[in-house]
Amino acid sequence: MIKAENVCYVYQIGMPFERQALKNINLEIDDGSLVAIIGHTGSGKSTLIQHFNALVKPTSGKIEIDGINVTSKDADLKLVRRKVGIVFQYPEHQLFEETVYKDIAFGPKNMGLSDEEIDRRVRESAKMLGIKEKHLEKSPFDLSGGQKRRVAIAGVLAMRPSVLILDEPTAGLDPKGRDDILEIIKKLHEKNEKMIIIFVSHSMEDVAKTAEKVIVMNEGHVEMMGTVDEVFSKSKKLQEIGLDVPQITRLTNKLKDAGYDLPDNIYTVEEAAEAIKKLAGGVRNV
Amino acid sequence: MIETCNLSFIYRKEDIDTGKVTEELALKDLSIKIEKGSFTAVLGHNGSGKSTLAKHFNAILLPSGGKVYINGMDTLDEKKVFNIRQCAGMVFQNPDNQMVAAMVEDEVAFAPENLGVSPKEIRRRVDECLAAVNMTKYAFCSPSQLSGGQKQRVAIAAVLAMKPDILVLDEPTAMLDPMGRREVMETIKRLNREQGITVVLITHYMDEASQADRTIVMDDGEIVLDGTPKEVFKNVEKLKALGLDVPQVTLLAYELRKSGINIPEDILTEDECFDALNNVLGGASR
Amino acid sequence: MFKDIIIGQYIPGNSPLHRMNAPIKIILTIFYIIILFFINNPISYLAFALYTFILVLVSKVPLKMILKGIRPMLWIFIFTAVVNLFMTPGETVWSIPIFKFTLNITSEGIIQGAKMLYRLFFLITGTSLLTLTTSPLQLTDGIETLLRPLSKIKVPSHEIAMMMTIAIRFIPTLAEETDKIMKAQTARGADFESGNIIRRAKAMVPLLIPLFVSAFRRADELATAMEARCYRGGMGRTKMKENKAGIIDLKGCTIFVIALLVLILLEILVEF
Repeated sequence: MIKAENVCYVYQIGMPFERQALKNINLEIDDGSLVAIIGHTGSGKSTLIQHFNALVKPTSGKIEIDGINVTSKDADLKLVRRKVGIVFQYPEHQLFEETVYKDIAFGPKNMGLSDEEIDRRVRESAKMLGIKEKHLEKSPFDLSGGQKRRVAIAGVLAMRPSVLILDEPTAGLDPKGRDDILEIIKKLHEKNEKMIIIFVSHSMEDVAKTAEKVIVMNEGHVEMMGTVDEVFSKSKKLQEIGLDVPQITRLTNKLKDAGYDLPDNIYTVEEAAEAIKKLAGGVRNV
Repeated sequence: MIETCNLSFIYRKEDIDTGKVTEELALKDLSIKIEKGSFTAVLGHNGSGKSTLAKHFNAILLPSGGKVYINGMDTLDEKKVFNIRQCAGMVFQNPDNQMVAAMVEDEVAFAPENLGVSPKEIRRRVDECLAAVNMTKYAFCSPSQLSGGQKQRVAIAAVLAMKPDILVLDEPTAMLDPMGRREVMETIKRLNREQGITVVLITHYMDEASQADRTIVMDDGEIVLDGTPKEVFKNVEKLKALGLDVPQVTLLAYELRKSGINIPEDILTEDECFDALNNVLGGASR
Repeated sequence: MFKDIIIGQYIPGNSPLHRMNAPIKIILTIFYIIILFFINNPISYLAFALYTFILVLVSKVPLKMILKGIRPMLWIFIFTAVVNLFMTPGETVWSIPIFKFTLNITSEGIIQGAKMLYRLFFLITGTSLLTLTTSPLQLTDGIETLLRPLSKIKVPSHEIAMMMTIAIRFIPTLAEETDKIMKAQTARGADFESGNIIRRAKAMVPLLIPLFVSAFRRADELATAMEARCYRGGMGRTKMKENKAGIIDLKGCTIFVIALLVLILLEILVEF
């Protein structure tokens, strides 16, 4: 479980660029949740996730992961980083070994595991991410963008974290690559009952398709938090802070405003098609 | 005007270990004509050959077979290279990797300085081009102080300063957040509309491609679809098979048609979809 | 975190010193330093200090910024002073016995130490004044202009200036990238801070490889982007901001020459 209490973070204290990046963040994330964080660039999303594994320490406030206070001075940072794995936006920032295998093994190796255990974990995470055996001996620099991203995720997953954080895992990918990664996130969620998965995204469509819970960040504070239904039903509020709801939700909202009897929680095309068919069926039967 | 006649391009790839040279056909016998003043989007997934095509318009890549003519100039004619590059300006994907100068206005001055334009005229062009992309306020900023969308707008201004007829943009929004993408798209559309600049936009975002006058869909080095966005996007099945997206409302219309609801197949926007549904449902539940 | 590093230490402004032509400023600074080591007379010292002080006032650069530039040099100051104090032979004014040795402070030592301190102080003040009032870009341009006559003997002045400009442009980008890579590797358990030198050097590999790979990719893409904008070296190139000397430079030079004359007169006429 992740628990944040009154977390504040001031960027470059005492410098001319001083800025409050996080303002009084309070949140709780239960084991086994699949959470999306949305918000503009500069809304504090990246700063927030970096607090979860103590890459950044809060100016004030407290963060607990599974009951361990990660913000205290004597926190065991190695343990914290083993518990909370972050995959950053660009896989290019972390791939460095000669082979994919060695790169995935980097994390487990730093944990001081035995060679057999490392081997088991590398193969297991590679399989989980759909990285083919024959690719394990390739250089990570020869892979495509989508494949690189999988290797990067596998490298963090091999540390078996209890929290897996993905910073904009689909940025820059084409639709196929994006759908693949989202599928993998869903699969990881299903197969790891207790693991918390958090991903940062700019795309409302992706969030609607994938996440269970949503945290909306705006100007350094948590603007909204709840299930996908709870958050997307407040489309006015989202639009006020310059975010959007999926196009399909805008359409069904419009239809509802025009007096059609549609359910509230339509966020995907399938849901919309279902509801409209029902409505049209009603028309024909009359 | 851009014209390609039976253009093919072969990539020669050499394997470092085996030294074996493999040839890959990235473009296959393409013949396209892009009219002056038009706004054309080239849509395709990664590796479809769309960027390779774009790089031919600026003589960065030269055809392995066939010809490319920019305003009648053959890109294979070495004497014309600089005329072609001045005529067809190119904006690239990564905003950080195409800026030379440490100050915005010097960046915009770079191209006309290369062309040997008189200082007075450069000054005039810099001011004019910064105004055209709404970046006048940032003339004295360093690129590192700008957002992604602002950097790309500066990159556009830097190309405009050559007074090109054609603007070729190679995935200019792939690394931007939604706000940055919107800024760049608005800028491109305005330049096309108000200054009559021919725009060729390479993208894998369907929402951007649907804003063009003409959409060309590429796959495996070939053109698979070509027409107005309405004509192209109604091929829902084909686009999905190519790993591309269609707008959610287009997909909805497609799904509804499949189950026998009589709705036009060429729906692209939310408003069109709303009107069509309103027609079909005919105020049923009111 | 590294994003806001100020390159060089330029403080934007609109003072006459800011507006002066960079190559002229560089030349005047060189003369300033020569004079500083040439004068040798208390009255000249005083005049020179006064002259510098006026320059600082005119530049509107906060005195704090100049003192900030001196702070890192503090140890050199102390070292120079101590060496001169004890090592200059002459008339002993004070002896300090340390074990078997006796350290003698001579009156010549005191004077010599004070002179060296004075020179160091104004050396840093003068050059800071140049970098504080001239943007890195103007500086590189200025250097290019000054090197241009050398291109006749095949010194690639344009290329040197271009390289400096690109380096300045990419420092913040690469600094930011270094920060990101360090975070990504730290998240995988990399440790950049503990262990002996060999361990630390080894720990740098996961940082350096992605950084180099990325730097090469950037260089490649930048070269393409420059070519796409018709870059073909320094030949036939014009400049938006020409380094033309204006009235303000004429005034600057005149004032400088007058100050110089005054100093020479003081040096010759005033007996000490």
